[in-house]
Amino acid sequence: MKVLVPVKRVIDYNVKARVKADQTGVDLANVKMSMNPFCEIAVEEAVRLKEKGVATEVVIVSIGPAQAQETIRTALAMGGDRGILITSDADLEPLAVAKLLAAVVAEENPNLVVMGKQAIDGDNNAVGQMLSALLGWPQATYASALEVSGSTAKVTREVDGGLQTLDVDLPAVITADLRLNEPRYASLPNIMKAKKKEIATKAVADYGVDVAPRLKVLKVTEPPKRSAGVKVETAADLVSKLNTAGVL
Amino acid sequence: MAVLVIADNDNAHLRDATHKTVTAAQKISGDVDVLVLGKGAKAVADAAAKIAGVRKVLLAESDALGHGIAEAQADAVLALAGNYDAILVPATSGGKNFAPRVAAKLDVAPISDIVEVVSADTFTRPIYAGNALETIQSSDAKKVITVRPTAFAAAAEGGSASVESVAGADAGKTRFVSEEMVKSDRPELAAAKIVVSGGRAMGSAEEFQRVIEPLADKLGAAVGASRAAVDAGYAPNDYQVGQTGKVVAPQLYVAIGISGAIQHLAGMKDSKVIVAINKDADAPIFQVADYGLVADYKTAVPELMDALSAAGK
Repeated sequence: MKVLVPVKRVIDYNVKARVKADQTGVDLANVKMSMNPFCEIAVEEAVRLKEKGVATEVVIVSIGPAQAQETIRTALAMGGDRGILITSDADLEPLAVAKLLAAVVAEENPNLVVMGKQAIDGDNNAVGQMLSALLGWPQATYASALEVSGSTAKVTREVDGGLQTLDVDLPAVITADLRLNEPRYASLPNIMKAKKKEIATKAVADYGVDVAPRLKVLKVTEPPKRSAGVKVETAADLVSKLNTAGVL
Repeated sequence: MAVLVIADNDNAHLRDATHKTVTAAQKISGDVDVLVLGKGAKAVADAAAKIAGVRKVLLAESDALGHGIAEAQADAVLALAGNYDAILVPATSGGKNFAPRVAAKLDVAPISDIVEVVSADTFTRPIYAGNALETIQSSDAKKVITVRPTAFAAAAEGGSASVESVAGADAGKTRFVSEEMVKSDRPELAAAKIVVSGGRAMGSAEEFQRVIEPLADKLGAAVGASRAAVDAGYAPNDYQVGQTGKVVAPQLYVAIGISGAIQHLAGMKDSKVIVAINKDADAPIFQVADYGLVADYKTAVPELMDALSAAGK
């Protein structure tokens, strides 16, 4: 079976985002960018499905600027078979991304879409759910374990209060939580091999999808700063300070 | 203009996140209805009817809704969506699971995890792990919004809305298999007034329980953990506070042996008072802590327990 894995190029998770002085957004000039950590987990899971003989082909898709090609190459070096880059200079909203991915699914006919539960830039946690809704497929979000057998998948999900296990018919959309797996590092030979793998480049216009923004960003601001705290010398001192603050 | 709030519940109890979402809804419109999705959830609907200012409560029940299956939840909401201008869902794991599905079917942009209602079409939400706040204006006629419960006060009790039953929905191509819930007598993490969290420094699950749990019990606090502690198996996943775990904003947050990575801070930096106990004086957690104690938790926590006893706690 074929597995489609959407990946996103985002600010590296270790970088502290800085808000632009003119409040139009976050400054991404000269900032280290990487694959969204949840997308790495999704790629890893798809590659493991291939290693188990469940998946026959792992197709990586990314929507973004030309540099998103590097993100696709990383996924190919981890074990993806080929890539699709849909170039867009605009930062598309989840609704537009879900519609574009639905169009890619219509072309590629995968049996499974595995993707991250959220991107660490927009923190929306929406695209996977929206994609499955647009396709009329079942969804299993926040997966911490995935077991594909025949035409169904058994997915354990991280929910508030514990874990829930669902059984979904394929095709389905699965979104990966942190605990699904530990993504591998791409080895140097695999990075070299990935350079030869095919990446098809497309434009948003090729898909005839309405990607007009529905949300207008009025401003982006820094969160209120916490005032500087104090260091206390002893536990007793701490308790008396907390008593004074009225929080005990 | 009317707003539909989807209740957070476990079929038996109405959760506090619902009251907070009602507060957000009331900033959009005075006409607020609550929809309870569940199975055998009449008591939940009755509890929702007591929230002050709620116009009416709708109760949709089916097996799939009782198990929180997203396909069924979205379908039940969509059946009623025609009557409302906005649909507000608590940003819990259950709410985040089905709300975007509703939005996609309505062809509207979902608005995730709002922390402020600026006006009926303009909202503020955190992005980049809480390192920036964006204010966005929606051009969609109908809005689907998830609400960060910790950012809003709970709506008061004192209402007497009517409860009416509406159609349930089925799960389509999804089947519930099982669930495994963490049993805890402590307050619920997301709603607790005090949270005591432990990090990697604990070194083992036994040590985590030995150090963190008695202190939490003494303070009547919920127990939290950093991702490092959860990944290492010291605490269950459900305890994780942070960008990918729970977002909490208690009166008092006590971080023990937690360095304070960006992703952890995203989940707790709106706490009223933050206390950090860490032996590394340069740990980033001290930059957000109101009170910092540079000490090994092995000596500091017993001393803290004694000091609390001395203070009559």
